[in-house]
Amino acid sequence: MSAVALEGVRKSFGTHEVLRGIDLGLEEHEVVCLIGASGSGKSTLLRCVNLLEPLDAGRILLHGEEITRRGVDVNRIRQRIGIVFQAFNLFPHMTVLRNVTLGPRNALKLPREEAEGRALHLLERFGLADKRNDYPDRLSGGQQQRVAIVRALAMRPELMLLDEVTSALDPELVGEVLEVIRELADGGMTMLIATHEMTFARDIANRVCFLDAGRILEEGPPNEIFQHPHEPRTRQFLERIIQAGRL
Amino acid sequence: MASEGDRRPDLEVEPRRSRLLEGLRFEGEGARGVVIALASTVVFLTAVVVAVTQSPGWPEVHRVFFGWHDITSSFPEIARAFVLNVKVFLVCEVFILVFALLIAVLRSLPGPVFFPLRALAIIYADLARGVPTILVIALLGFGAPALQLSGVPASRVFWAGVGLVLIYSGYVAEVYRAGIESVHPSQEAAARSLGLSRIQALRSVILPQAIRRVIPPLLNDFIGLQKDTALVGTLGVVEAFNQSQIDANATFTFGSYLAAAVLFVAITIPLARFTDWLIVRDRRRRQAAGVVG
Amino acid sequence: MRRAVVLAGLALAIAPLAAGCGGTKKKAAPSTASSSCAASQLHLVKSGTLTIGTDNPAYPPWYGGSAGHSWKVSDPYSGKGYESAVAYALAKQLGFSRDQVVWKYVPFEIAKAPGKKPFDFDINQISYSPARAKVVDFSASYYDVAQGIVVNDGTPISKVTTIAGLKPYELGAQLGTTSYQLIKTTIKPSKQPSVFPTNAGAVQALKNKQIDGLVVDLPTAFYVTAAQVPGSKVLGQFPGEPGGEHFGLVFEKGNPLVTCVNKALATLRSNGTLKQLDHQWLAKATGAPILK
Repeated sequence: MSAVALEGVRKSFGTHEVLRGIDLGLEEHEVVCLIGASGSGKSTLLRCVNLLEPLDAGRILLHGEEITRRGVDVNRIRQRIGIVFQAFNLFPHMTVLRNVTLGPRNALKLPREEAEGRALHLLERFGLADKRNDYPDRLSGGQQQRVAIVRALAMRPELMLLDEVTSALDPELVGEVLEVIRELADGGMTMLIATHEMTFARDIANRVCFLDAGRILEEGPPNEIFQHPHEPRTRQFLERIIQAGRL
Repeated sequence: MASEGDRRPDLEVEPRRSRLLEGLRFEGEGARGVVIALASTVVFLTAVVVAVTQSPGWPEVHRVFFGWHDITSSFPEIARAFVLNVKVFLVCEVFILVFALLIAVLRSLPGPVFFPLRALAIIYADLARGVPTILVIALLGFGAPALQLSGVPASRVFWAGVGLVLIYSGYVAEVYRAGIESVHPSQEAAARSLGLSRIQALRSVILPQAIRRVIPPLLNDFIGLQKDTALVGTLGVVEAFNQSQIDANATFTFGSYLAAAVLFVAITIPLARFTDWLIVRDRRRRQAAGVVG
Repeated sequence: MRRAVVLAGLALAIAPLAAGCGGTKKKAAPSTASSSCAASQLHLVKSGTLTIGTDNPAYPPWYGGSAGHSWKVSDPYSGKGYESAVAYALAKQLGFSRDQVVWKYVPFEIAKAPGKKPFDFDINQISYSPARAKVVDFSASYYDVAQGIVVNDGTPISKVTTIAGLKPYELGAQLGTTSYQLIKTTIKPSKQPSVFPTNAGAVQALKNKQIDGLVVDLPTAFYVTAAQVPGSKVLGQFPGEPGGEHFGLVFEKGNPLVTCVNKALATLRSNGTLKQLDHQWLAKATGAPILK
């Protein structure tokens, strides 16, 4: 049984069809990277998996359970899936520690000590323990994004969704965030990652999917996609990336 | 999600100047400008004072509106009556802040299933803001006890308070709503993504941010409420404004109004400064990098 | 710092405004005051017309007839009711015909405010007081006032027979009348009395039993029990002081018309007109026991 499966997923915003029939499956512990131009639907796809966007057609299954059916407990599902956004979206009125413990305490109903213990353990693991009583505005972008990842991890999700999490960062801060992601991958976390960081994708992905105009045009192991793309559009895209010096 | 903002959150942020006056630098041109502004203000005010005090009707106006004896002799009793105004607005404000929040939250519930609640909240806010406060107070203060239903309190202060709460909640609900809508939707998305329910997200993430943002307009409404406690006097209860009217009618002068005004201003000023302090203290938390809006 | 200095400057500028109780500078009466009180020579707001002010609604027994001419409850133009009758009698004495009398709606606030008045005189159950006489001119008395108290039948207060017996109750009066003063100085109740800006409010509060007793001038008290609050009675009246409270007509300060009106008033008093009108319109306002 796959960890997560998308079947025939379609999503439109008004008259604009963003996802035009996505079929995608992730196995347990698999790391899949989504690449593609802006507007190709990567973010929308991730938001659909997290049930932030309702589908127009198709369905999504998490460990065999259809999470897009009517009457499903949306909050419960979301507790099992972690998502990190490009803009970090930390809660500015809370300390780092509180940001991380909010989900476990309020959604999972863990007692405070347990939630804080979990949070501190994670913060230590990623080198952020000394920031635990700071407010987000005192942290650098890289630190904030790492906190955002920790915040998602504190929920002990079955699946992590990462939506261009390094795109808003200065180059010199990208590295520390990619380190964290790498560590997660090494630890066996099932991940679906939308990214522009091609080198990184090549390094950690088990599989790369190229999204174009709402469809998965091509998918395969990173070496295959990056070195021997079949589709012309894939090649065009990669050429542009190479020219931009990002590969 | 489209790329959110061009912010480069990792740039070194300069120490923020939170006070307006910190922009003034006392060097050379700056100091000269200040002196000129100051001098011209004094000259202008002096001109106004001279024009007023030299006008032919001034002695009469002075005696009737600014008579020192009238002001000071009426002050003690007005101050005593003012205690009632203070009690009324303190108690009412608590209820208003809570009730208005309820209405604002009802208004923000999404989806067709909640339409009746949303509609109710909208109608309420429209009516509460549209109807003149004095009418509501008269209706409740005199009308409710007149129904002679057992258990219905006869106290006029009680019903005036109810009237003020009902009316002001309409205004304050709109203020809350503006605050809620000003919190970027990505905050709610982040909270919901953690698996928090809508109510949990509202309570822990959205409302704390929303309310901090609307402290100045909330204060505005509070100050308005303080003045509107004078409407309790229309029911015959002797609060500060009514007392000042009593004195004014006994002597056919208006100095007592000035005495009452002084009291109202006296509580407004510290309140406004306290609010400024609240805003400065919370500013940092509103400007966390990585949050759009 | 700058803000502090500006504030200091403002304070300095405003201080002279409030300081010093500028003595009352009496407005010099026009030296060309005519000693003749012929109608054509009177100092009027509009020549050829006697403009009289009163409040709206116009209540019995001061005014009578039904509502009219935009007045509620009663109509000053009717000539019925004590004040309306006195006004028309005065007008006639001064040499005006009925058509030459014009009534103007003057809220109490306008009557008492300093400066130019839109009326020749105002008649509205306004009591003379020395303080008030500094701001406006009063005529001589056209009615010597007794104050009474209205209560609901069958209530504890309705059994009271002395002034001291009124102390524990919640009393009320109307704004702008001397009734509130009477409550505070003569009765001295233990509970804070109420003061109502309108007659309607006072009456409703009595009906609702939100107040136990309403202190008003005696004629109004009888009107209240007769027409406004069913199941109420005039508990009693308060003893008047010698040379006590009286109603006067209100004039703009320094208006020479006062002299002529006082002459006319004196005539009406000496020839028994005032007494006759009193009997005609205020006869019911007698017979209330005097509370001691």
